[in-house]
Amino acid sequence: MSLYRDTGVVLRVQKLGEADRIITLLTRRHGKVRAVAKGVRRTSSRFGARLEPFGHVDVQLYTGRTLDVITQVQTLDAFGVGLVGDYSRYTAGCAILETADRLTLEEAEPALRLYLLVVGALRALADGERDTSLVLDAFLLRAMAFAGYAPALTECARCSEPGPHRAFSVPAGGAVCPRCRPAGSAKPTVRTLELLDALLHGDWGAAEASEPGARREGSGLVAAHLQWHLERQLRSLPLVERRAPEPAVPEVILRRAAGLAPPAGSGPAGAPVSPGGMFR
Amino acid sequence: MYEGPVQDLIDELGRLPGIGPKSAQRIAFHLLAAEAADVTRLQEVLQRVKEGVRFCEVCGNVSAEERCRICQDARRDPTVVCVVEEPKDVLAVERTREFRGRYHVLGGALDPLSGVGPDQLRIRELLARIGAEDVKEVILATDPNTEGEATATYLARMLRDFPGLTVTRLASGLPMGGDLEFADELTLGRALSGRRSL
Repeated sequence: MSLYRDTGVVLRVQKLGEADRIITLLTRRHGKVRAVAKGVRRTSSRFGARLEPFGHVDVQLYTGRTLDVITQVQTLDAFGVGLVGDYSRYTAGCAILETADRLTLEEAEPALRLYLLVVGALRALADGERDTSLVLDAFLLRAMAFAGYAPALTECARCSEPGPHRAFSVPAGGAVCPRCRPAGSAKPTVRTLELLDALLHGDWGAAEASEPGARREGSGLVAAHLQWHLERQLRSLPLVERRAPEPAVPEVILRRAAGLAPPAGSGPAGAPVSPGGMFR
Repeated sequence: MYEGPVQDLIDELGRLPGIGPKSAQRIAFHLLAAEAADVTRLQEVLQRVKEGVRFCEVCGNVSAEERCRICQDARRDPTVVCVVEEPKDVLAVERTREFRGRYHVLGGALDPLSGVGPDQLRIRELLARIGAEDVKEVILATDPNTEGEATATYLARMLRDFPGLTVTRLASGLPMGGDLEFADELTLGRALSGRRSL
């Protein structure tokens, strides 16, 4: 029985047996690890809420035959606390976790850069100082870049002719020049491609100055590009609540609320700049 | 490997949750040795559970009729609705004998990682119910984990527009019979922020 210790982010939890869970962790040194947390679903479990999704934890595990077993856990950052209080940030966080899970195919293969990126992105989301959707798109672009799927944005994906180009083809791998352009390419605005480039390289000043139209178009391109390379739909991505949360108020509420003043909205506040984190 | 029906039975039993090959074998031979009447009864119950059990049209709990026993019971307070994830949770709350209101079963929690969004849950039914009935309080009793908390947050946002409706969330804190030293930071933090004077 060999013990080892590492820090990691809880990507996913699945029920196992009566009171156990399989916890998928993205760790700093051991890459993706799937481990069993015994008895974690009992209210008397000493793990408590530490092994919930979004948890950034310091864990001790021992190597099992098929799955490792978690013996001790300590919380480093409980990102979940900040995220569950806001549905749009929660869904964006779920998309980050699912992408990280899908991009690490091999278990136990170190993925330090992705680990740091996930921690940074979750921290930025939990702080709530950046636009949720921009944080998600920046994460997706950079995670794809680490996996070798970065879209070409400033030059043609086929012939490398310097841009800016006006067409974007997901199968070709990004922006394409008029000569290489395959039929059915999207025609995003130049501003959209500039936004994606800013997000990929962490230029937050430019990204936050972008317009809603470019952000919307950029999110669509990022999602299409990601799912093309993963060769499958991400389950959480269609459920992400983009932009200002507008709960569709059913008619029953309107009828009952008729004559009463509407309550104050709770749209996200503007994003002031704060220090710290790679999502600065 | 056994022959024919015995092996088929072992294979079928082995697919049930928590039953491994050894347990499956033990149950199969128990059934083989049991009285014919016992086996017939089991067979009938299995058939009825698939054909006869319905979901209550009001609260979504499992029920034998169109409306479950709790929704039919005139003594239960219709102004308080306790929102839970699963029919199992109705039973858990019932066991406390503290709650005299009615229930609403969502059928799960918002879990984007498994592809469960608001449209997959019985949220629209809940809103329609609150709009139509004289509900004064909604108790959000989803599980105190990440998915359950997110579901509660989402519901609270939907429900805050209802005039004259109080939305409450189950308290969370330290389990009885626990040990402060082993309490995780999250739970202990919740227990501190939700402390009350004695």
